[in-house]
Amino acid sequence: MIAAAGAGFGGLRGLLRGTWREWRTAELRVLAAALVVAVAAVAAVGFFTDRVDRGMAQQATLLLGGDLAVVGDNPLPEAWREQARARGLETARTAALPSVVFSADDESRLSALRAVDRSWPLVGEARLRTDPAAADQPRTHGPEPGTAWLEGALLRELQLEVGDQVEVGDLDLKITGELTREPDRGSSLMDLAPRLMFAHEDLAASGLIGPGSRVRYELFVTGPAAAVEEYRAWLEERLEPGQRLMGLEDANPELRTAIERAERFLGLASLMAVLLAGAAIAVAAHHFAQRRADAAAVMRALGASGRRVLLTYFSRVLLVALLASMVGLAIGFGAQFVLSALLGEWLAGDLPPPGPRPVIAGLAVGLITAAGFALPALLRIGNVPPLRVLRRDMGLPPASVWLTGLLAVLAFGALLYWQAADPLLAGWVLVGTAAALLLLGLLGLLLVLALRPLRNRGGMALRFGLANLSRRGGLSAVQLVAFSIGILALLLLAIVRVDLLSAWDASIPEDAPNQFFINIQPGQAEAFADRVEASGLERPHLDPMIRGRLVAINDLPVQPDDFEDERDQRLLQREFNLSWAEQPPAHNRVIRGHWFHDGPIGEAAGDAWSVEAGLMERFDLEIGDTLTFRIVGQAVRGTIANVREVDWDSFQVNFFVIGPPALLQDQPRTYITALYVPEELRAEQSRWLREFPAVTAIDVTALLAQVREVMDQATRAVEYVFLFTLIAGLTVLYAAVQATRGVRRREAALLRTLGARRADIRNGLLAEFGALGFLAGLLAAVIATAVGALLAWQVFGFDYRINPMTFVFGIGGGTLGIALAGWLGTRRVLDQAPLTVLRGPE
Amino acid sequence: MDAPSSTVLEARGLEKRIDGPSGRLDILRGISLAVQRGETVAILGASGSGKSTLLGLLAGLDAPSDGEVRLLGQAISELDEDGRAALRAGRVGFVFQSFQLLPALTALENVLLPLELNPAHAGTARGVLQERAQGALERVGLTPRASHYPHQLSGGEQQRVAIARAIVDDPAILFADEPTGNLDARTGERVIELLFGLARAPAQGASPTALVLVTHDAELAGQCDRILHIQDGVLA
Repeated sequence: MIAAAGAGFGGLRGLLRGTWREWRTAELRVLAAALVVAVAAVAAVGFFTDRVDRGMAQQATLLLGGDLAVVGDNPLPEAWREQARARGLETARTAALPSVVFSADDESRLSALRAVDRSWPLVGEARLRTDPAAADQPRTHGPEPGTAWLEGALLRELQLEVGDQVEVGDLDLKITGELTREPDRGSSLMDLAPRLMFAHEDLAASGLIGPGSRVRYELFVTGPAAAVEEYRAWLEERLEPGQRLMGLEDANPELRTAIERAERFLGLASLMAVLLAGAAIAVAAHHFAQRRADAAAVMRALGASGRRVLLTYFSRVLLVALLASMVGLAIGFGAQFVLSALLGEWLAGDLPPPGPRPVIAGLAVGLITAAGFALPALLRIGNVPPLRVLRRDMGLPPASVWLTGLLAVLAFGALLYWQAADPLLAGWVLVGTAAALLLLGLLGLLLVLALRPLRNRGGMALRFGLANLSRRGGLSAVQLVAFSIGILALLLLAIVRVDLLSAWDASIPEDAPNQFFINIQPGQAEAFADRVEASGLERPHLDPMIRGRLVAINDLPVQPDDFEDERDQRLLQREFNLSWAEQPPAHNRVIRGHWFHDGPIGEAAGDAWSVEAGLMERFDLEIGDTLTFRIVGQAVRGTIANVREVDWDSFQVNFFVIGPPALLQDQPRTYITALYVPEELRAEQSRWLREFPAVTAIDVTALLAQVREVMDQATRAVEYVFLFTLIAGLTVLYAAVQATRGVRRREAALLRTLGARRADIRNGLLAEFGALGFLAGLLAAVIATAVGALLAWQVFGFDYRINPMTFVFGIGGGTLGIALAGWLGTRRVLDQAPLTVLRGPE
Repeated sequence: MDAPSSTVLEARGLEKRIDGPSGRLDILRGISLAVQRGETVAILGASGSGKSTLLGLLAGLDAPSDGEVRLLGQAISELDEDGRAALRAGRVGFVFQSFQLLPALTALENVLLPLELNPAHAGTARGVLQERAQGALERVGLTPRASHYPHQLSGGEQQRVAIARAIVDDPAILFADEPTGNLDARTGERVIELLFGLARAPAQGASPTALVLVTHDAELAGQCDRILHIQDGVLA
């Protein structure tokens, strides 16, 4: 060991030689293993999210239909298009509106019409099938004047074929193909109706454009980024109310938000692995410092400054950290392919390769973690008293608990901030993690102490094992916490999640509606209800649905930009679905205020609103506040009279805002209803839809299945990331085993000298690690059950039944797993020759 | 298994060689000796003379390159590692220079260890064994320290616990390796008094214990019945 002091005392070659020597001792290998796991976890998530972000940026242009889009309720000035062209930008114009279209046989169907000019699509390509028997072909322009492209659903519902005529308003268009792909097809509810696309030139002649018609005019622009930005700035000054600019960041905001959340969550989950690896590094560094005390004392006795000693060892640790981080990066790069496979279905198309950012981030994580968790221990080597060369009992100065804690918190806090990209969230996660760790550590220590009385029971092996655990109380508690976190993560995902989902399934009544019917036209509402009743089902309750945009609260105009929260902004960008009702809906509960005719507010004029509780909270509303909605250009104002609690899981039709009939019944409306249609009536349902072509059915069962699938994929991805946490927990075990190896060897040798058989020592080790695993599993199972109960009660609103399997798997898996891992790590002490005891302490 | 004769330890033609970087190294050569029941024997030699290696071979902690050791009438070379451990359990006691107490166990638990490791006591109630361990602690004067951990005891106290551990099962032979090496002169004297006293006056009903003491201290060796001088791996 002393030889190591001289080597590596300067220069790069010295550093390399010294590091190579150190590498042959176990402590640096533990440190490296922990860093490999930490960096691999962070890099796997980092590479994956980088690829997704790049893919999103590429797709955003496609989804948006250009680099920039201007949207308005009225025709956009021609001068805007000319201005764009003058700046060298390409443009395309489209107009979208819902309308009923007819076949020559007078079959009719609600369609989402879109008129596009010749330069559409600006990016990507449309695909068209002109012959039902042939494959579809790419198209880089829209339909010719006098022709139309229809989606397959519309062709089939109208019983039309390519070559037939279709009536659109006053136009009689020839169908020249089946539209199989529209690159910038939106996903809003209004676009659920099947598409009919025709030429922009035909729009004026269609007779569909008039006052009150719901047209969405769009101008798409594409070109060099700088020119687009300049044009954007020019436009921003000219926008009027009802006109909106959309950039790439606005393309498909729901998916983007969902993906950003998923990325952030996976990133934070990967940091749990970093945290546990940090614990392993701290243990290893502590041991490293102790084992270098002699060499450091010799260096200092020979005249090296404390700073130089510190630098010598710190540079070696950093070099190992750098190399380990590189290995971690390589493993992370391989591991991200699994993540892509697990989550790739969410994302259309192949993901582009990652950029350099995750590589830099991975290396930074490795170095920051190494420095943050190892430095406090290494500082002690620099302060070793030179007198130790004469008096070996003069040890290292004690590690400062405060410094150790502070550096660890700083390092972990920096990583959290980087991963969460939100100081508030990072702060909360840091505080939460610290509190949870303190609590877990305390519980762990208490459990270890609780083992003490057990030492007088059981055989020598158990007693010896338990004695070892409580003697190394601090180290045992660290391991206990690490294993608990790993086991907890797996229990939550494998057992509690399944329990919650099946309990949620069970909480949905058998006959909960499985079909929503929307777009029921006012003139057909009674006939539709009759038709459903005639099929043997109960007569459906039809709710009127009116679309209106929230424009003012307490007579003060509101704009999406007034709100910071994205969900608030989106609620204001879209139209609300409003309804009217005489009585409160049966499945809602009025929790504050009075129903329209029972109380004082708005009774006389009938201008009152009933608002859903969540919306009240979201916009900070009170009873007595006024809301103004713009419905087909007309402002409708009312006072909030009562607050309703809505059970959104009931699968019934629900509305955020309901008014009394007097307030809304003169507004243009459609009807909506939710029904349970048994499997045997599905064929009958298709016949209703054929008879009422404007009606659209939404299959909730299919929707739920899709939601379930997405959740499954997401949890599998999270489970995968938590696997790194479990492996990081094992590196803590590895570190602890290595740190105690010398002592264990001596003890095993002594026991052998006193006559112990191999089996006695093996049983002692199994008892020690088994007890550790038992406690970790118990702690994890208790916490998992508590989390499950809390989620069931607070989030899902039902009682959680304790699943004994949580304890069976937690405790059983913990005991067996840790006993086995610990045994594998220490089994070599059995081979220790008893003679070692004669050689005195190390 | 005990030898019918009064010889508890016998070595014949012991050799120990190791292959070092500069060729073969003879550590012990042609060592033969015998120790009788109740006899105290000192192996006296300077540092590096091979005396600790010899102790290891005699106690069955290591295997000789050549020659034979019979411990309690049993040829050690015929036993595997576990067999040798079983032979030692309860019948061979050890006192080391560096005490070698298990830090996780209290003084009483350390003393209890040989009793628990001896298969002969497998059916004995723990309470009985515990009483016996208490008795051993009492003989070294450490009853008040029974529940203390090694790090809470002074060097002299630790060595007394080690002696209690060595004699608790009334072994036929006790090996001591520089038992005063880590103690100051006065404490060392008291420890030696205790060690010889206990070896020569066994507990009631027990047969006398042979003591093999390895030391470089001629004065200490002088207290033994017999002194064997070792120099350069050969008994003088």
